[in-house]
Amino acid sequence: MSEVSIPRSREDTLPALLFKNAEVRGKKTAIREKDLGIWQSWTWSQVSTEVAYLACGLAAKGFSRGNNLAIIGDNRPRLYWSFAASQTLGGIPVPLYQDAIAEEMIYVFNDAEIEFAIVEDQEQVDKLLEIMPRCNKLKHIVYDDTRGMRHYDNPALISYDELRQLGQQYLAEHADFLSRELDQCRPDDISVILYTSGTTSKPKGVCLSHKACIDVASGDMSFDGYKDDGEILSYLPMAWVGDHLFSYAQSIVAGFTVNCPESSETVMIDMKEIAPTYYFAPPRVFENLLTTVTIRMEDASNLKKWLYRTFMAVARRSGSEIMDGKRAPILDRVLYAIGNLFVFAPLRNNLGMSRIQCAYTGGAAIGPDLYRFYRSIGINLKQLYGQTETLAYVCKQPNGEARLDTVGSPMPGVDIKVADKGEILVKSPGLLKEYYKNPEATQESLTEDGYFRTGDAGFVDQDGHLKIIDRAKDVGALTDGTMFAPQFLENKLKFFPFIKEAVCFGDKRDNVTAFINIEMEAVGNWAERQGLGYSGYVDLASKAEVYDLLAECIEQVNADLAEEDSLAGSQIKRFLILHKELDADDDELTRTRKVRRGFVAEKYGVLINALYDGSDDCFIETQVKFEDGRTGNIAATLAIRDLKTVAAPSALAA
Amino acid sequence: MTITQRTLGSTLLKVDNISLAFGGVKALTDISFEVKEHEILAIIGPNGAGKSSMLNVINGVYHPNNGSVTYKGVQRKQMRPHEAASQGIARTFQNIALFKGMSVLDNIMTGRTLKMKAGFLSQCLYFGRARDEEIEHRLKVEEIIDFLQIQSIRKTPVGRLPYGLQKRVELGRALAAEPELLLLDEPMAGMNIEEKEDMSRFVLDVNDEFGTTIVLIEHDMGVVMDLSDRVVVLDYGKKIGDGTPDEIRNNQEVIDAYLGVSH
Repeated sequence: MSEVSIPRSREDTLPALLFKNAEVRGKKTAIREKDLGIWQSWTWSQVSTEVAYLACGLAAKGFSRGNNLAIIGDNRPRLYWSFAASQTLGGIPVPLYQDAIAEEMIYVFNDAEIEFAIVEDQEQVDKLLEIMPRCNKLKHIVYDDTRGMRHYDNPALISYDELRQLGQQYLAEHADFLSRELDQCRPDDISVILYTSGTTSKPKGVCLSHKACIDVASGDMSFDGYKDDGEILSYLPMAWVGDHLFSYAQSIVAGFTVNCPESSETVMIDMKEIAPTYYFAPPRVFENLLTTVTIRMEDASNLKKWLYRTFMAVARRSGSEIMDGKRAPILDRVLYAIGNLFVFAPLRNNLGMSRIQCAYTGGAAIGPDLYRFYRSIGINLKQLYGQTETLAYVCKQPNGEARLDTVGSPMPGVDIKVADKGEILVKSPGLLKEYYKNPEATQESLTEDGYFRTGDAGFVDQDGHLKIIDRAKDVGALTDGTMFAPQFLENKLKFFPFIKEAVCFGDKRDNVTAFINIEMEAVGNWAERQGLGYSGYVDLASKAEVYDLLAECIEQVNADLAEEDSLAGSQIKRFLILHKELDADDDELTRTRKVRRGFVAEKYGVLINALYDGSDDCFIETQVKFEDGRTGNIAATLAIRDLKTVAAPSALAA
Repeated sequence: MTITQRTLGSTLLKVDNISLAFGGVKALTDISFEVKEHEILAIIGPNGAGKSSMLNVINGVYHPNNGSVTYKGVQRKQMRPHEAASQGIARTFQNIALFKGMSVLDNIMTGRTLKMKAGFLSQCLYFGRARDEEIEHRLKVEEIIDFLQIQSIRKTPVGRLPYGLQKRVELGRALAAEPELLLLDEPMAGMNIEEKEDMSRFVLDVNDEFGTTIVLIEHDMGVVMDLSDRVVVLDYGKKIGDGTPDEIRNNQEVIDAYLGVSH
């Protein structure tokens, strides 16, 4: 394949920088994909050729400046190239979550007036064909994986390979077409629209500019020391701002390699093979990894268990300090070094984290034990804070300052203010340009002097680190005046491996109650070890023994809360275990797995009433949506348990 | 499940007056039927009816006392299983006959055995022709792994897999031989609804994508009626029905012997 080069006069937009990479580091691997068991790779110059062909193919089919391109699928090189191709032509890529259901897609397709869509496979094609009658503008559907597509004859469909061929021809016939298009792109132009699934309302399209992406990527590059020999694993949804930042913007600006796993089931296997140098995962993933490790250790031989226990104790004592270069007892240092040989290094290797220079987590709170575990075995896990509207660029913890309870200090170029009611206001280079076709929302979200209203309540501590309490509008109060910050309580509950999700109620009530979702793997494993048989999720979630187990966990949280006068009143008095997991498909969670509080309170209102009127159990029937759009009903009678609470220190003293 | 219209070819397999007895036990008595190319034929019947025996006769494991098997227009009486295999017949087994200690990848690779041409020594030393062949075979095997969506268990020893996945691996091994005729012995046995739907989809995809003719033994009537073009019914070694699923559903003798009525 002959390499293509695109002469250009400016280098301040993302596609321009991509084509620059082809000249500056053309032979370096830009992206890999594991396909048919083998890592296939493309260098920057090969990537630039592919992007050129794709862009020309789109142009040949009529894609032009100002068009929006929908991109839907798992992380695949061809889909990442679609971002660049559309940007080159002055269009805007609009990625959607691959597990989005028809209704969500219709909204975005109509709001963004999508005419062209590039999707991964038959599953996405089927969804688009289903919504096509309600999305009048959709004219062209490009699909990559041809499996199962043989009998489809809809004229709107065209395979990626066909489009690429068209593009190759078009490029040959219009040699300087791309250069001209590229030169018309301005850094202030919108480079991507990321729809945020709000916890309360319809999705809003966050518009980010080329300049924002490049500035943020450069800021991250200097803060974290990214270089072009880095490797990352792209396994988080492309529609999520974090993946767009890491796998697209940063990869183009810094030049490091992006690796796309074979499938979502093989992510951990693929991670072991790649051993990325930079890694991001939401706390949930770190939790699951730790659970897996713990479960497997319980099955290990006695010698291995002894080694693990002994050296993990050393790590817990001094591991984090040793990694940060702080003081630690000499004996511990020696033991830690031995432990590294026998336990920590093999463990890191098994997790695929042998080469990690820094690992970040964020988006939700992380449990203390979890955080300490990873840091103590030598993984530089730190927290960061940001949102889609700020391109995830607000706060990060610098090396050596990784603390459990903060989200870091402001990044270079970021300014943070705290409003009277405690809401955090941010000015960042990654700030959105606007919400797509929604000037009212845009105006509402910014203060007069251009600060973004994050909607989070928090404060800056004496070390200059930001601490997040909860979503500002969720912070309420009990009838006795005690502050009720539901997420604060829920996070404490979710730190237990047995609890997957928790929703707390208490605003304007006498006391706090909670819904719990059990973590199937951890609780199932526990049940098996007790010799407790169960026939599935609903059965397990209704067992009295499981209630006992969870009651113990929640009572621990209560004891914790009781240590402070101001929090003692928010101890949890009653709880129940839900018969089904809260699910984004049922609109109970957002696609990034945040609880839609208002919706859940409404849907499960009868349960909340039962919690507060003293009933011992409550019957509930809920509607669920299956992945193919059909609906069904699940009914169950849920038991309600009272919990022991502890008296506050002041009450004890009295 | 929708079944796309397939054009059926000429007769691929024809069995005429097959009789098989083990001493006094008459396993099969005078069975005749035919299978067209690209067809999906189901053989159903109560336990002990002789269904697996029929498959074994087609495959060359059992030699019938009477009757003949005509495959691809060539009549044959005695055939060894490996001769049947090299002619393009592959099968799966009711109780799974995989190599439990080997990985999924290696198990499926064994399905390529008859296609390996390089000599023993050259394969041991892994150079030249053997190496190129190995890469070619590996590619085919990976395509099958991709088709069956079992990438995440590629390296897992088969013995550690749940039953449903083992059956999928066995199907993979049969597919690795690139058969023209695929014999499936109770592919859905022991599966729950979801697993059955997955397996059914794979069976249909194999027939659709590769054009493979399929003969399957199955007890789940829903699967049989949905997947097959024609059904042959056996009872006590005799054929009591032969026709489309609808014809069989309404055949009184079949209802009496096997299907029963709903109350």
